[in-house]
Amino acid sequence: MSDHKTMTLTLIVWRQKGPNAPGKFETYTAKGITEHHSFLEMLDVVNEDLIKSGKEPIVFDHDCREGICGMCSQVINGVPHGGQERTTVCQLHMRKFKDGDTIYIEPWRAKAFPIHKDLVVDRSAYDTIIQAGGYTSCHTGGVPDGNAVLIPKPDADYAMDAAECIGCGACAAACPNSSAMLFTSAKVAQLAALPQGKAEAAERVKNMLETMQECGFGNCSNHYECQAACPKGVNVKFIAKLNREYLKSLAS
Amino acid sequence: MQLLKSTVGRKILMAITGQLMVLFVIVHLLGNSTIFVGADWLNAYAKHLHDLGPFVWVFRLAMLTFFGVHVIFGTLLTLENNTANPQKYAVNNKLEATFSSENMIWTGLLMAAFVVYHLLHFTVRVTNPEISQGIDAVGRFNVYAMVTGSFQQGIIAFIYIGAMIALFLHLSHGVQSFFQTMGWNNACTRPVISTIGKVVAVVLLVGYASIPLFIFTGILKG
Repeated sequence: MSDHKTMTLTLIVWRQKGPNAPGKFETYTAKGITEHHSFLEMLDVVNEDLIKSGKEPIVFDHDCREGICGMCSQVINGVPHGGQERTTVCQLHMRKFKDGDTIYIEPWRAKAFPIHKDLVVDRSAYDTIIQAGGYTSCHTGGVPDGNAVLIPKPDADYAMDAAECIGCGACAAACPNSSAMLFTSAKVAQLAALPQGKAEAAERVKNMLETMQECGFGNCSNHYECQAACPKGVNVKFIAKLNREYLKSLAS
Repeated sequence: MQLLKSTVGRKILMAITGQLMVLFVIVHLLGNSTIFVGADWLNAYAKHLHDLGPFVWVFRLAMLTFFGVHVIFGTLLTLENNTANPQKYAVNNKLEATFSSENMIWTGLLMAAFVVYHLLHFTVRVTNPEISQGIDAVGRFNVYAMVTGSFQQGIIAFIYIGAMIALFLHLSHGVQSFFQTMGWNNACTRPVISTIGKVVAVVLLVGYASIPLFIFTGILKG
């Protein structure tokens, strides 16, 4: 590592001891950061320094660190996941920043995502929405024949694009209304595109939307901020699809 | 009712009532444009409208319903959205949201206030009685004299042009938003629809604002 130039950054990080504690911004200096550090590795370096000096490290969510689990959740300089297209925080690298930069790091902010501690929020509201209809009811048993249910390639592709959602919460975090519409629509659209999901489509869209409201998420007003922040490139066309599915459900 | 409670149901009501009002402002502009042809045309057009009798009231009640539903749900949804998003970010970096999309409630309320003033001004005719009671040569109500007399006053022209800027901002987001809400949209059509929405907003701004502007600058004589 020694042959790399290092940079020094100023971090302004949201610190909050617990769900009900008042939070505030604290300023830290990140030293010895190379361009090859990922954003989370940069925070690891800062935390090691904090621990060595007897201070409480910055608490943040992370798991796979390869951009597929949806755990990392930080708003960096006002954009969830930092604003690099189709990139989660763990895949954001410090080469995107310059020596001397000041970086604001905040947790997801939405009433439906209460803060646990520092940058960690409780995203179980997304699980509650999935429990309301993000599944298909089917008989289990023997493995079904591979080609028993034929699915046209475009439909399968469409469903796969919607299924790319990793449930990280960036859409609701980015939404000026804290709406979880992109997340909800991705699951509604994915399942409505497939024969296995069509049977329960009407019930699903109604229940998932109702649950989204009950969880405390806001209403979608088509800002499309969600699509821009989504690390998986989930498209707002799925919200249009959800709206169609909702209109169809009124007739059933 | 499902439609009144559901987040998407209310959004659809907002979209449909909004779009019906857009259709109204388009037709209204076409009617207003007769002012550029001449006083006779505008006064004749106004007389035709008034001669529709009870249909005028059916139409007014329908418009009032669209307006009421749109304003009530718009306010309600905005209040709910503020509750859902109580703590704002210290740094806000918007990627897609625009000034127009983020200020729908304010441009909307401005226009609501304007509509009340506009009705008092040109329909009930109480704000400027001295210029709004004339009769033309063939005994028709002289709309032309009322309009030109009004817009020769800078403050009235300014209010109308300001309201049309609010309309422009509201519709640059609102028109495309209607198609998305109705589900008549996909990844290919979205940029096209978005552009069409902005074009509609610009045409309405230019069309409507040109009337007070032409009168105030004296291009269109009273």
